[in-house]
Formats: sequence, structure tokens, C-alpha cells
Amino acid sequence: MSEIKKIEEVNEDISWRDITPGGIAPWAGGAEAFTTGDWRTMRPVLIEDKCTGCLLCWPTCPDTSIMPTDDGKIKYDYDHCKGCGICVETDRS
Amino acid sequence: MPYNFKKTAQKPERFTGGHRMCAGCGAPVVVRTVLRALKTEDHAVVANATGCLEVSSSIYPYSAWKDSYIHSAFENAAATVSGAEAAYVSLKKQGKIPYDAKFIAFGGDGGTYDIGFQSLSGAMERGHDMVYVCYDNEAYMNTGIQRSSSTPKFADTTTSPAGSVIPGKLQYKKDLTKIMAAHGIPYVGQSAPMKNFRDLYEKSEKAIYTQGPAFLNVLAPCPRGWRYDTAIMMELIEIAVDTCVWPLYEVVNGEYHLSYKPKNKRPVEDWLKPQGRFKHMFIPQNRHLIDEFQAYVDKEWDNLLKLCGEK
Amino acid sequence: MLRQIDPDVVAAFPITPSTEVPQYFSQFVANGQVRTEFVAVESEHSAMSACIGAEAAGARTMTATSSQGLALMWEMLYIAASMRLPIVMTTVNRALSAPINIHNDHSDAMGARDSGWVQIYNENNQEAYDSLIMAIRVAEHADVQLPVMICYDGFITSHSVENIMLLEDDLVKSFVGEYKPQYSLLDKEHPVSMGMFDLPAFYFEHKRQQAEAIKNAKQVLIDVQNEFAKISGRQYGLFEEYKLDDADIAIVIANSTAGTAKDTVDMLREQGVKAGLLKIRLFRPFPADEIVKALSHVKAVAVMDKAEGFSAAGGPIFVDVRSAMYGKADGIKVINYIYGLGGRDVGVYDVKRVYDHLQTIADSGQIDNLYNYLGIRE
Repeated sequence: MSEIKKIEEVNEDISWRDITPGGIAPWAGGAEAFTTGDWRTMRPVLIEDKCTGCLLCWPTCPDTSIMPTDDGKIKYDYDHCKGCGICVETDRS
Repeated sequence: MPYNFKKTAQKPERFTGGHRMCAGCGAPVVVRTVLRALKTEDHAVVANATGCLEVSSSIYPYSAWKDSYIHSAFENAAATVSGAEAAYVSLKKQGKIPYDAKFIAFGGDGGTYDIGFQSLSGAMERGHDMVYVCYDNEAYMNTGIQRSSSTPKFADTTTSPAGSVIPGKLQYKKDLTKIMAAHGIPYVGQSAPMKNFRDLYEKSEKAIYTQGPAFLNVLAPCPRGWRYDTAIMMELIEIAVDTCVWPLYEVVNGEYHLSYKPKNKRPVEDWLKPQGRFKHMFIPQNRHLIDEFQAYVDKEWDNLLKLCGEK
Repeated sequence: MLRQIDPDVVAAFPITPSTEVPQYFSQFVANGQVRTEFVAVESEHSAMSACIGAEAAGARTMTATSSQGLALMWEMLYIAASMRLPIVMTTVNRALSAPINIHNDHSDAMGARDSGWVQIYNENNQEAYDSLIMAIRVAEHADVQLPVMICYDGFITSHSVENIMLLEDDLVKSFVGEYKPQYSLLDKEHPVSMGMFDLPAFYFEHKRQQAEAIKNAKQVLIDVQNEFAKISGRQYGLFEEYKLDDADIAIVIANSTAGTAKDTVDMLREQGVKAGLLKIRLFRPFPADEIVKALSHVKAVAVMDKAEGFSAAGGPIFVDVRSAMYGKADGIKVINYIYGLGGRDVGVYDVKRVYDHLQTIADSGQIDNLYNYLGIRE
């Protein structure tokens, strides 16, 4: 059994000889490579001027798609944001 | 150390995006917060019961877990993680593990209140150094919103449908948090992700870093099963707490402590109204259902206040 | 033997007749004679679940059960094998309910024959002891990475007092060696996810790989047995042939009744009957070609099953043996006997009736009854 090094090598061409035994995934957090941004129907947009950097929206995101930035504000990860709107509503309140 | 919300934002994320939970799901919000309470340097072994969280966060080869993760079946997350903890104790004793590891199991209410209840009770009784976290969304959501013993009375689910004769589920929600407290384990907490997440973060930290078994019961809204607009999740959680439908409290070494007492206890209608699963309670001839729901919440809240020495 | 192997974790639940295994072992733990963490779980389902968690965390893990306990583990047996976790379990064979019965037959282990575990059946305490030590090496071998079940008969073997040859502690320790898993949940530098959700794009490949692993177990067992012979002087095969070389009639049988049947063979040989015996040892994977070869010269064979498979087409060992022979040994008459269910005693003369039946078939070239029950009251 050959050793797979990269998550990208596990695709629909992979042979049973090369696949990881028992479905083990030695790529912790490998889901980051899977985009869910195309699920989105509503897109959150940061209004830079109005963001106070309170960060209250950051932990409410089910998709870990709000990242605190060095300037004390946040940015969105549109690769994974599914557009649920929780952050928008949190911000409004 | 006092809770510093902004400092917690500097800790590395241990649960990534790219999982396939529904948009607006409460479970990953719970998971992120619990894992954030780990010390950055500590290794975690996470066990997960079969359920929404499991099927969506570990679709081969994409794992949303940055710590070690194991799923084996539905009813045995507690037993599975207890085995991993036993391995740690043995290998540590033999000098083969030079660092600290923490053991956390996540299960939905189906995997915790119902099918996983025996293995949970067993693991807690045996005294493993572990935390079991129930993300409680009050039904079997993964299979399509079937009632569990955690589903509240009168909720409309696909196996307790509200019909012309029967008004949804006929039984009250099982009080699992108190049942776990009755195990005499060192730490039990009931929490919810809300406001600046202090309650859930602090309870997670205590649960993880208390020697011995700990149990956390955390409300995790499900927009599909509860039928509410995804965006209002945080508000809905506050309503659950302010109506005393989901009180925040902890039981430390057998002593009950209330974590939060609403200044103005809101009527249960505020909780029931935004959720489609309770819609049938609002037709005029069903007013008595709301009254019964209110009376039940009042009685339970009163009992809790007594247990917590607040009354 | 568990003490000598000194596993990292044992998780077990009491059930007759395997209870004494964890019971005596927990005394070793209490006396500090082993380094093992003993997890006294609240059910067999949790026993296997805890074994899965422990083995996944890189601990050498063992357990024991019987009958209903194995039945309650069923779901987790498949998961342990499919997650490629080399847990080793002694299965002290006992009949399955209902009606509840605490005595020996093989209905428990036979029901688990398709769970992906390597299964080795054992005639007596010496063989069970030796097999358990070898099982560690087979299970953990890089080409296998599968759980192994060591089966022996409840009460008849498990509670019998026999003299057996033990190996020195150090010898066992060096034979089993240190466990070095490729992946472990406790490996901080290389966190892994195990037991993931497979979509149709990958599930089939994982199963095909698992099938290859259990196929590999045969050669690995041969190698380990050869190595074991060097330290113990006891050489095992994939199965045992007893006076089979020149036999005209033979039975195929597993576990303790093989001992009884050997006496029958001796008795018949004294009478000039060319009787022989093939004792099943490795049952999963099934050494089909080797068994066919060993039986290729006989005229009639009775396959003895101590489990009613309820297929209405013969017991589990019969089905496998006959299927293996199809197209390769078609001239040989093969019949099935179900025997000894729920601990029904089977003596030398009971087995003789089977050989008498085989002799009639060998002489006439005709099978009268394909499926037979030994000693049932009609």
C-alpha cells in the first residue's frame, strides 16, 4: 500500500490499493479545501466605516467564515460562508 | 483568569469551514466555542456520535476537525472516547505520551438522551477524565426531524405530527441535565452560545479542566427542524434563556448554581411564536396548550431556583 | 496468557462462560502484575466501543466475550474490522438465546463470521493459549491490520483443567513485541480523523482494500506459526489433518469435539476403517484451496457444524467447504451434520455413527440424506 501524502490525491481516480486504510483521514482540518461558498444565496458585506470591531459576529458563524483581522475588524471567508445571515442579524442588534 | 472575549478571538480555530452542515446550523457554533476553551498547547481527542454533526463534518477525505477525531457509531460516543482515555492513561503511565491530551465527546440529543444514554451513563460512572457535550436541537434532525425524548411537549415533528386530534408530541422533554447531575460527577453545565459567549466558554473550560467526568448540555438551534429564519438564531437563543425555557446553570460537585436570572422573565409565546414547530399552538382553540407550556416552564424554573438556593 | 501479553487496555463485561477471563485478569491489574488499564464497561456494546477507542488511540487492546455478549457487540465488530483496528478477542463459544442456554455451541462466533474479523478455532487450552499469543502478531501485521477472534468451546475447554506448556514471560513479551501503530488519535504531531463518512466514490475501494487485508491474513498466519514453532516446538497449520493422508472417509470439524473425533478415528483405524479428520483452525479467511487439496483423495466427507445456520441449505462450515470443492473435487460426496447444539454431549460413539453413515455413502456412491442432525430425538 503506497502512502498518500496530499488530500488532493484522494479523488475519484484513486485505486483501492492507494486509498487510506479504514477511511482514515490524516489531514486534520482538510475540510478547508472543500468550498461551500456556492451554497450562498445572500451575501454578507462588511461596511468598513460602521464596523466597530466589537467581534460579536465572529463566534456566531457556523462556518468559521468570519475572521478577526489585524486592524481589529473582521473579514469574510466567502469560500465557506453559506449566507445564513446570523452575523448580519447579530450586528443589527 | 477573567473572561476576555477579544483574547479568545486570538486563539486558533479548531473546527474549520468547509463542513456541510446546513446554513445557519447551531451545532458548529457550539463546537467552535467548546474547542476554543482548550488550552492552545493541549491535544484533543474528539469522539462524535452519528448525527448531523458527524456526517457533515467528516465526509471522507475532508475533516473539519483540527484535533484527532473518531466516530464509530450512534449510541457509543461516550464509550468510544472512554477507551481512548484509557489508552492515554495506560500509555502515559508507560512514559509513551509526553504531553497532555483532553477527551471530548459530541452527540446530538438523539445520540445522548436516547440511544447513547446507557453508554453515557456508564462512562460518567466509571470516572474517565472526559467531557461529554450534548448539542441539543431537540429532535432527530439528521434523519429528518423525528421526535426524541428531548423534543419539547407539543412540538410538531415527523413522528409526533400535530394533527386534528393530537397536538404534536404528548410527552414533556426529558430533563437530562439533572439526570447527569444525579450521577454525582464533578461538573455538569447547561449552557447556550449567546451574547459574548462567556457562559458557554467558561463552562467548557471548567468541564474540560475539571479532573474526572463532566457533562455539558448546550442548546443548538436547528432552523430546518424548528422552522425559523436562519438569521435570528442568536436572538432565539436569548429568548430561550429569558423565557426560562432553557435556563443556564451548573452543578459543581453536587451544588447547583444559577448562571443567569432574567430581569424580566418573558412569556413562553415569545419562544413558541417564531418557530414553525409550535405553529398549531396558536390557533385560538389551542390556547390551553400555551397555558400548559407556560405552567410547566414556571414549575421547572421554580424548582431550579430552589435547587440553586435562589428561593 | 493475557498477563503475559500485558496489553495496554482491556475493556470487558462479564458473561458466562467468558467471565473468568476479565475476572482473573482484573486481579492481575489489582496486584500490579500488568500495566493494563482495565475498563469495566456497562455492556458488551460499550466493551467493543471502548476497545475501538483504545486501539484507535494506539493502545494494544484485548477483550473477551461469549454468546449474547458477542451478539450485542455485533454492530461494533463490523466497525472494528472496517476501521482496521487490530483488537484481539477471545470468544468463548456458547449457544445463542432463545431459549437461553449457557452451554457450548458455535452459533455465536459463526454468526460473526462475515464481520471482517480473522477467526481462529481451537481444540483445547494449549492451542487457545498459543493462538492468542500469535493473534497479536497476525492482527497488528502491516499487511493485515484487522481484529482477530480466538474461539474455543465454553466450559468444555474454558473450564477444563488441563496441563499446558506455558512459555516464559520474557519469551512471550519479545514474541509479541511493541505495538507501533501507523496512526493514533494520541499522536499530537499528526492528528487524524477516523471513522469518517464515505460516499459511493470511496466506500467500495475501502471494502476492496479490506478484503485484500483479510486475504493477506492467511500467509501472515503461516509465517507467524512457523516463527512460533521455533520458540515453542509446537507447529500449527491453517488446519490440522489427523490420519487424513490415506483416508477414504473423513469429517471436517472445529474446536473441542475434534478431540473426541480423533478417538473415534483411532478406534475405527483399529477396526481397519480408513477414517480421517480435518480440524478447522483458520476459518476467516477461509483457506479454501488448501482444504480442497487436503480432502481431494477421500470418497466421502461429513462437514460437522455446531451451529444451525437456518439457511435450510446446511450449516456455515458445510456451505463453505462444499462451495470450495465445487468444480475442483466433484466426485467426492459431501454431507452435513449439525451436532451438539446448546451443549448436547457428543461422544466417541456418536461420531462413529457419522463415519458409519459416510462408509455407506462411500460404498454405494449415493447420498441418502444431505443434511443430518446428530443424536436428535425424532
